[in-house]
Amino acid sequence: MQSLHIVSAYDEELKYLSKRIAAMGGHAERMVEQSVLALVNADPDLARKVVEDDAILDQGQREVDDKAILLIGKRQPMATDLREVIGVIRISADLERVGDLAKNVAKRVASVGDNSMQPASLYRGLEALADLALTQLKEVLDVYASRSVETIGFVRDRDDQIDAMYTSLFRELLTYMMEDPRNITPCTHLLFCAKNIERIGDHATNIAETIYFIVTGEQMPVERPKGDKTDRIVIPAR
Amino acid sequence: MRTYRSYLPDIMADLSDRQKYGARRFMRNLWQARWLLAVAVAALFCVQFFAGMPFMVLPAAIVALLLAAGISGDATGDGEQSRAAAEAGELQSLSAENLAAAVTDPLIVFDDNASIIHANAAAIAAFGDLRAGMSLQLKFRAPEMQVLIDAALAGGGSPSADFIDKLPVERVYRVTASAVGHGSRLHVLLFKDQSEARRIDRMRADFIANASHEMRTPLASIAGFIETLRGPARNDPAAREQFLHIMQNQTGRMARLIDDMLSLSRLEMKPYLKPGARVDVKQVVESVVDSLGPLAKENNLVIERDFADGPMEVPGDRDELYQVFENLLENACKYGQDGDRVVVSIARTDKAPQPGIEVTVRDFGPGIPEEHIPRVTERFYRIDSETAQSRKGTGLGLAIVKHILTRHHGRLSIQSELGKGSAFTVYLPAN
Ligand SMILES: Nc1ncnc2c1ncn2[C@@H]1O[C@H](COP(=O)(O)OP(=O)(O)O)[C@@H](O)[C@H]1O
Ligand SMILES: [Mg+2]
Repeated sequence: MQSLHIVSAYDEELKYLSKRIAAMGGHAERMVEQSVLALVNADPDLARKVVEDDAILDQGQREVDDKAILLIGKRQPMATDLREVIGVIRISADLERVGDLAKNVAKRVASVGDNSMQPASLYRGLEALADLALTQLKEVLDVYASRSVETIGFVRDRDDQIDAMYTSLFRELLTYMMEDPRNITPCTHLLFCAKNIERIGDHATNIAETIYFIVTGEQMPVERPKGDKTDRIVIPAR
Repeated sequence: MRTYRSYLPDIMADLSDRQKYGARRFMRNLWQARWLLAVAVAALFCVQFFAGMPFMVLPAAIVALLLAAGISGDATGDGEQSRAAAEAGELQSLSAENLAAAVTDPLIVFDDNASIIHANAAAIAAFGDLRAGMSLQLKFRAPEMQVLIDAALAGGGSPSADFIDKLPVERVYRVTASAVGHGSRLHVLLFKDQSEARRIDRMRADFIANASHEMRTPLASIAGFIETLRGPARNDPAAREQFLHIMQNQTGRMARLIDDMLSLSRLEMKPYLKPGARVDVKQVVESVVDSLGPLAKENNLVIERDFADGPMEVPGDRDELYQVFENLLENACKYGQDGDRVVVSIARTDKAPQPGIEVTVRDFGPGIPEEHIPRVTERFYRIDSETAQSRKGTGLGLAIVKHILTRHHGRLSIQSELGKGSAFTVYLPAN
């Protein structure tokens, strides 16, 4: 009876942790979404909300850390269970970083200022980049729910797409800066925003690797062999 | 993950409920047998009185009698009860799922642990993988959904929330959680789609913003030519002819812009496909090739076909897929002018994520610089918009292609090498 009881309490604690991860994930997704919306619509009120919401993720990470460490000390989990707890700590750290990056994008909204000064194509590009990063984050967190790691190969493909999109935006921004020195300040901020969004995609990829490790106990296969560069560039319809 | 132990509290709660229920039933049986019992007790008294039974036997006999009456009634009651339960169970297991399937809005049944018990087809179509046992809170992570699910589990009332899902296409739902029956451990989430009204607003705003922005350039150019025609070029027939020709091109482009913007808006209005319809890809591609024959000829191109054998059917909308291949082939003919041919191939593929059909449109034109490849599906994105070919374009063709493919769960991949040409490959899942 005693041992059964311990197993149950352990399960409950683990379940609580993954629930917290999901809630943190939901907040992170929302913050990224709203920070880009604030940027594209030059909406300082929404930007302020995003900056404030970051505290939720900071607090979430602290709580997950404390609970996970307590759980390891108290229950001394082995094998799969240990992977699960360590994984939770890693994922919450990545989500907290995603929140920081979204907050940083939101903070730049005021500095970029009037969005009609830059060409609309720039904002459409940023939106497309954010859509890719958000899709990555969403699908990765969906795998955390479904545990179907066999489908996780999509992560590498999209990672490449995000890189290609970022590189393209980078060049476009440089062009505008060279065209007119007055563009330099706003375009520098936009450049950092693009970089932040690209890194949000990287954190999503980290989370995918962690999930793969939790479920299989192995490292996610690093990279499929690359053919010529062009065939890596895939525009997903989804 | 769930152990026997973690089920115990539920079972215990169940048991104590059953005990209470049992006691009630016992009393009811006694009440039903009251006349019989009265007669029996009277008889006992008679027996004692006449036969001089030992005094202590009487109360014991009465207790035994009462118990027997209560329990025997219980037995018959149990029989009926279990038959009824079996029927109800059959009804439940049969019709609950059918009932859920008959609901056209997404519907999810879940238990006290927020584990999914059942998701109907509409829910799976809207949200993807929702297998039984999956945690609802891990899948629906949006803050408003977390609050809603917690409220539903805490019990009391039917909490509801507005849930906004941004990807892959934006959807807005009014979600209501309610308990199934009284004291049951099951709950239902029902999603009512509210996207339509929101989309109409958005479409209007987008259309106005885009139209005013994109029309400004051709309008300014036309206005400029009119001015010249009325002023300096008034008496210059050669210039007049040339300017009128340019103006005609500009009005043509404006008309195309309006057409393309409308068709994109229309697509955005209804983000889901009608389910059920199947399309013969080969036949659609064939008719696109036929209809673009004149354009190819005009550009001195031959369109070559490389079709694999056998039927090539996919679920989808014929008119929309027609638009996809038309836009791709038109681009190949427009931008691939330097080549002498365009190759359209259709093949089956078993590549991930699932078997499907691949249609590739390949041209041998100038190709697309690497840094532009990720961007060409964005709205109004045109590379080098000053060249003669792209001056006529709207930059919406590939945005429309991408949109339609999203609805078909397909994808577009672009391969291109400068100086050698480009290949646009459409993948469509076969099921
Ligand atoms: N086959 C191709 N070869 C080279 N460039 C292409 C090709 N297809 C599309 N493009 C580029 O992509 C841009 C966007 O294409 P599209 O969305 O169809 O708009 P449009 O053709 O109306 O300009 C085009 O302006 C062109 O620069
Ligand atoms: Mg086109």
